Amino acid sequence: MSITIYVPCDSSAISLGANGVAAAIAKEAEKRNIEIELIRNGSRGMFWLEPLVEVATEQGRVAYGPVHSGDVSGLFDADFIQGGAHNLALGLTEELDYLKKQQRLTFARIGKTDPVSLDDYLNNDGYRGLSNALNLPQTDIVKAVTDSGLRGRGGAAFPTGIKWNTVLNTPSEQKYIICNADEGDSGTFSDRMVMEGDPYVLIEGMTIAGLAVGATQGYIYLRVEYPHAREALQTAIEKAYQAGYLGDDIQGSGKAFHLEVRLGAGAYICGEETSLMESLEGKRGLVRFKPPLPAISGLFGKPTVVNNVISLASVPVILDKGGDYYRDFGMGRSRGTLPLQLAGNIKRTGLVELAFGATLRELLYDFGGGSASGRPIRAVQVGGPLGAYLPESQFDTPLDYEAFAAIWAVLGHGGVVAFDDTVDMAEMARYSMEFCAIESCGKCTPCRIGSTRGAELMDDIIKRRDMNKNIPLLRDLCNTLLNGSLCALGGMTPYPVLSALNHFPEDFGIDDKANAA
Amino acid sequence: MTEPSNMQATVQNITTALKDKPGALLPILHAIQDALGYVPAESVPAIAKALNLSRAEVHGVISFYHYFRDTKPGKHTIHLCRAESCQAMGGKQLEKHVKARLGIDFHETTADGKFSLEPVYCLGNCACSPAMQIGEEIYGRVSANSFDTAINETGEPA
Repeated sequence: MSITIYVPCDSSAISLGANGVAAAIAKEAEKRNIEIELIRNGSRGMFWLEPLVEVATEQGRVAYGPVHSGDVSGLFDADFIQGGAHNLALGLTEELDYLKKQQRLTFARIGKTDPVSLDDYLNNDGYRGLSNALNLPQTDIVKAVTDSGLRGRGGAAFPTGIKWNTVLNTPSEQKYIICNADEGDSGTFSDRMVMEGDPYVLIEGMTIAGLAVGATQGYIYLRVEYPHAREALQTAIEKAYQAGYLGDDIQGSGKAFHLEVRLGAGAYICGEETSLMESLEGKRGLVRFKPPLPAISGLFGKPTVVNNVISLASVPVILDKGGDYYRDFGMGRSRGTLPLQLAGNIKRTGLVELAFGATLRELLYDFGGGSASGRPIRAVQVGGPLGAYLPESQFDTPLDYEAFAAIWAVLGHGGVVAFDDTVDMAEMARYSMEFCAIESCGKCTPCRIGSTRGAELMDDIIKRRDMNKNIPLLRDLCNTLLNGSLCALGGMTPYPVLSALNHFPEDFGIDDKANAA
Repeated sequence: MTEPSNMQATVQNITTALKDKPGALLPILHAIQDALGYVPAESVPAIAKALNLSRAEVHGVISFYHYFRDTKPGKHTIHLCRAESCQAMGGKQLEKHVKARLGIDFHETTADGKFSLEPVYCLGNCACSPAMQIGEEIYGRVSANSFDTAINETGEPA
């Protein structure tokens, strides 16, 4: 009987040598005349263990990691293909604490299956949501999503069902579904993992969205920095067309949905939905004024749903198991689960999908195991480059949209980047201003000019020049950005800047917090 | 080196094939950059004509996006991540090493035309910071040593 061995094809695993490991395993098996089936799965999201090799045994899948090409021959010697003992052996994958303590709904299949195998997808609950949706009236599909309490996982947390309902009720010959896959927020990679590790779940989610609102064309706006995701999506889309899951007659229903991947070109601003649509139309990615809302007048002036990858990838499970099932996870007005991404100076970095409500501290220490450097964690930026920096005193904040808003922070897309005590928070504040200057689309003055002035101001503050004048000036400038910018780039750059100033005034040359205010 | 006439033929073929797509400009620019390594200024009139745009509009789009370049890149383009997660894991020190090793700053190409260095703000490899990309190959937990090894593996002495 042939032995099934799994080596991830996730780009983070590849960045640590997974392709070399896969090649070494194939070669060693051939040399030893052992028949194996090598499957390139998605990643389980435990990146300190990547490349994580798994072997299917009668007891379940057994994990070994981190495996390097040089370990492969020794693994065969230890009979790892039967789950044999080895110093890299981790036991049964599913029993690993890091995975066992998670509530994986959106990531249920990721790491288990061959991402581009449609059979694997179908054998693991795939397309059950679509099959239900095909038998429901449009309003009921939208209702299921509304009932689930799903809010936009891109960061803005707008209720997905309400957005869909607006598009459904706006009459038009042509409507569009756009998947915002321009995951530009630093410290985030959950979209990438979905697209590389389970592309069909995104395709299914978009197809359901199309049925729900009456859109026949979808676009995945993918950042150019994700070549592996592009390849997986394109292969999966092709297979979905061949199997009648995309096209003019989805599964014999007479309903049409077409899907195309479009590439971004390295502009962070194109993750903002109106800028994204400008880019899809072939223009400079300048932010549009709102209103009109994209749901009423979006891509090419037509009603358009713009949702993040994780939002759309959460739809199939909602349509499969019902809105109530999803809503029963979470706390307060944050329902369901959030795939959190643990990054930066963390010992056990990775993907942790949890129901809303766990604390940041649990995430950093119970899952993350503290800092990678072994030094104290001093600051954590949550929610990408526009998210606030949190000091240790705020680590007990529950991961919940409202709880974060209450401490002037954001949960955003669930990226968590930890820094140890060697970080200089004034330098980080300077970087935030610089980043805003580099990525500003230039349409509104506060963002275009303010960010450059902000970086200059931070240069002066770092050199401790004219502090009595410059600290109030920085606050004043942030106030202008916060209230006068057209979109979240200028509007939220003050979050990292002011949170750094407020929580870490000593890095700005201010001795006591009272003077920082 | 692409001959000017070949270059124009490539641009012509690409624009003809893609111009009828809705929002065709970015797909066209991507295809040209994939084929030639950059979007030469000489290609702008042909693109503008095919899409019924002004040359200024096409130039405006090329210059807006960081990814599109109007100069020929080195044989290998290195994208080095500057974002927060990589900074938390020593990205700034790595950046110094990379610039010193190659003898160039960001947006520059080595004199021998072998390497171009570009900053990038997140490669989505934040769980394995610091990260970089050489061509389409992605690298994680990059150190000064592993950077040197990766450079040597391209077969280009730097």
